[in-house]
Amino acid sequence: MEPLDLDLEEAELELPTDPTTMLNVGPAHPAMHGTVRCVMELSGENIEQVDVQVGYLHRGFEKMCERGTWSQVFPYVDRCNYVSPMLNNVGFALACEKMLGIEVPERCQYYRVILGELARMSDHLTCVGAMAMELGAFTPFLWFVRAREMIWDLMEEETGARLTHSFGRVGGMAHPPTKAFKELARATSDHVVKVVKEGEQLLLGNRIFLDRLDKVGIISAEDAISLGWTGPCLRASGVPYDVRKAHPYMVYDRFDFDVPVGATGDCYDRFIVRVEELKQSARIIEQALEQMPDDGPINADDPRVVLPPKEEVYNSIEGTIQHFKIVMEGLKIPAGEVYSYTEGGNGELGFYLVSDGSGTPYRVRIRPPCFLVTSGLERVITGEMIADVVPCFGSLNMIGGECDR
Amino acid sequence: MAEALVKAVQSQFGAAVLETHNQHGDETIVVDAGSWKDIAAFLRDDRRTQMNMLTDLTAVDYPDREPRFEVVAHFCSLTRGHRLRVKARVGFEDGEGAEIDSLADLYGSANWMERECWDMFGVKFKGHPDLRRILMYPEFEGHPLRRDYPAQKIQPLVPYRDVDNIEKLPPFGDDMGMSFGRQTHAFGSHEE
Amino acid sequence: MGEMKSTTTHVLEAGEGQGFATTRFQDLLGWAQKYSLFMYPFVTACCGMEFMAVTSPRHDLSRFGAEAPRFSPRQSDLLWVVGTISQRQAPVLKRIYEQMAEPKWVMAFGTCASCGGFYDNYTTVAGIDKIIPCDVYIPGCPPRPEAVFDGLMLLQDKIASGNREPAIVKPRTDPAVSHNHGVVQLRRSKDA
Repeated sequence: MEPLDLDLEEAELELPTDPTTMLNVGPAHPAMHGTVRCVMELSGENIEQVDVQVGYLHRGFEKMCERGTWSQVFPYVDRCNYVSPMLNNVGFALACEKMLGIEVPERCQYYRVILGELARMSDHLTCVGAMAMELGAFTPFLWFVRAREMIWDLMEEETGARLTHSFGRVGGMAHPPTKAFKELARATSDHVVKVVKEGEQLLLGNRIFLDRLDKVGIISAEDAISLGWTGPCLRASGVPYDVRKAHPYMVYDRFDFDVPVGATGDCYDRFIVRVEELKQSARIIEQALEQMPDDGPINADDPRVVLPPKEEVYNSIEGTIQHFKIVMEGLKIPAGEVYSYTEGGNGELGFYLVSDGSGTPYRVRIRPPCFLVTSGLERVITGEMIADVVPCFGSLNMIGGECDR
Repeated sequence: MAEALVKAVQSQFGAAVLETHNQHGDETIVVDAGSWKDIAAFLRDDRRTQMNMLTDLTAVDYPDREPRFEVVAHFCSLTRGHRLRVKARVGFEDGEGAEIDSLADLYGSANWMERECWDMFGVKFKGHPDLRRILMYPEFEGHPLRRDYPAQKIQPLVPYRDVDNIEKLPPFGDDMGMSFGRQTHAFGSHEE
Repeated sequence: MGEMKSTTTHVLEAGEGQGFATTRFQDLLGWAQKYSLFMYPFVTACCGMEFMAVTSPRHDLSRFGAEAPRFSPRQSDLLWVVGTISQRQAPVLKRIYEQMAEPKWVMAFGTCASCGGFYDNYTTVAGIDKIIPCDVYIPGCPPRPEAVFDGLMLLQDKIASGNREPAIVKPRTDPAVSHNHGVVQLRRSKDA
């Protein structure tokens, strides 16, 4: 636009010596999920420099874990990645089991896989939906959240809670599958895939949506690896690293599924990788439901860690004592350390546990995929336009609880 | 596979590798803090190791040991699929003097994880470009994940409202809410 | 919903205990206010997921006249504090509350916002009422959408009657005093 004061001498004008503007976004900005603050230095609309500040949701997870027993950690891990709590539950249970050297029965492994994949679906649905909503497409968000409700209904039927289940246990699960589990899981997964396909049509036919994602926020594979990115964000940059394929845990080596990878590592790739993974999760669920045995124990046969059945607790002295010891003293994990990793909703979810042999964890370190992905935000948005912050940030799927812990 | 890794590091650095062990299938080496960065660079660049990702970096506090802190890094190679845990011990018993080289110019992921480690444990990373607090606010004093930091000691940024019985405001009755904590909050330095 | 029951003596009775008289104009105002709440969702944590569910089609908050979110505190009159407030977040929350124009109401969504929940530690504010006044507390970790609606209706009743006493959403029946000792018999489908 032409300046209005054309007749002024340039020497009379007081121009700012520094042509950049500081802009603060967040933490209470709706697109910053309430927990991230970006202080940006702008030149016009271009982002010259950015300081990403996290920690607004630091809740002392690791300190709290050092206060209770090993089983009391489960509610806290639930609330780390609160979009897919089941994956965290299972990840933590696997870490403890690795330390104890026990393996849960096959039926439980399938059960964990199916619930975990459903949780992953709900994670990706939320991310994709929220990303669309932040770019102004409100309808797909409503559809995806409706599909997520179906998953939560199933979770509620199985675990008793919609969101924060605390359902994992060391050596098994809190409860065996309900009678209608397989039927429900199949119906839910089919429904979700249907909704995803519908939503995909809405979004991928939308020029505005695509233009705002395409070639925006590109990150190369080398940078992504160096930054420690894992999960869908790394795969979008073209690195086919998925813990489920690279280091199969539980029964993941028995399923036939693909690892979608992106080509350029832009926001569109991160979006489409998530959409594709939703379908792959449905494939895994289908195969797991077919292979899962209908009968058999859910909990490992190990009286050191697994609570006895309630009939024994009430009717026999051995059962009472065993229950009392596990609940009051906590289960004893042999002294040592372990790093166990699984594929969480946003990438490699690792648990580094240090035990001193007592019933209380000495140190529980969660390796948060989100934290590292968010650390790359600075590199992703530097040099982009201010309007690109929202799609870039949305495509990284920062989950506050996991990022700040 | 991972044993060969340990051997490679041992043959390269010899005495700098203080201990090795393998527990639950995780190969671990304990190294001298002085060669921390050299070993990381070796792990990243050597043809046999190719550890291109620093998966995790944290610390563990053992208050009655000297050196007090164990800095723990997990390296991983996406190309070769192997992993290694490297530990170094730093710091005096009183928590001072915990210093180690920064890996931030070798691995991008080290940047924030080292900041977090400094924030939570007070381990200084020499050569880090921007060693600020990350999870706590700059005004915070102390390092909360040290075992001698009381879990409930708060350091509020905003003064609490000026009303009676702030610990349990109506409609919460005395018998409501949590049975532990709450009244026992030891306030931070500004009240003492 | 459109009925304005409260323009009669009914409200005068309710107002008596509080030591002020409500006029017809106040009734009208309260009725208008309670169905035109513009909300500012201050969403930080897990409860945000449930908040999404509350606003989305299955549960649909808009049925209660509180649909429109305003992401500027100056345009809103109901502050939903959804999720844990850490000490670092507290100044932000306080500032947002101060920016809102009168009359304004505050809802504490979930246990963390109400009392800090099980995060009884160095970084968490033990309830937003330590920093800003709060009108309605909704317990639950996170609360079910039904509980949120109970809370919203409770707030609407309070707005209509001009009552600013803080209140908690309570269970419809107290499990502790019911005869089946808290055991709820679920009605299952035929196959169970």
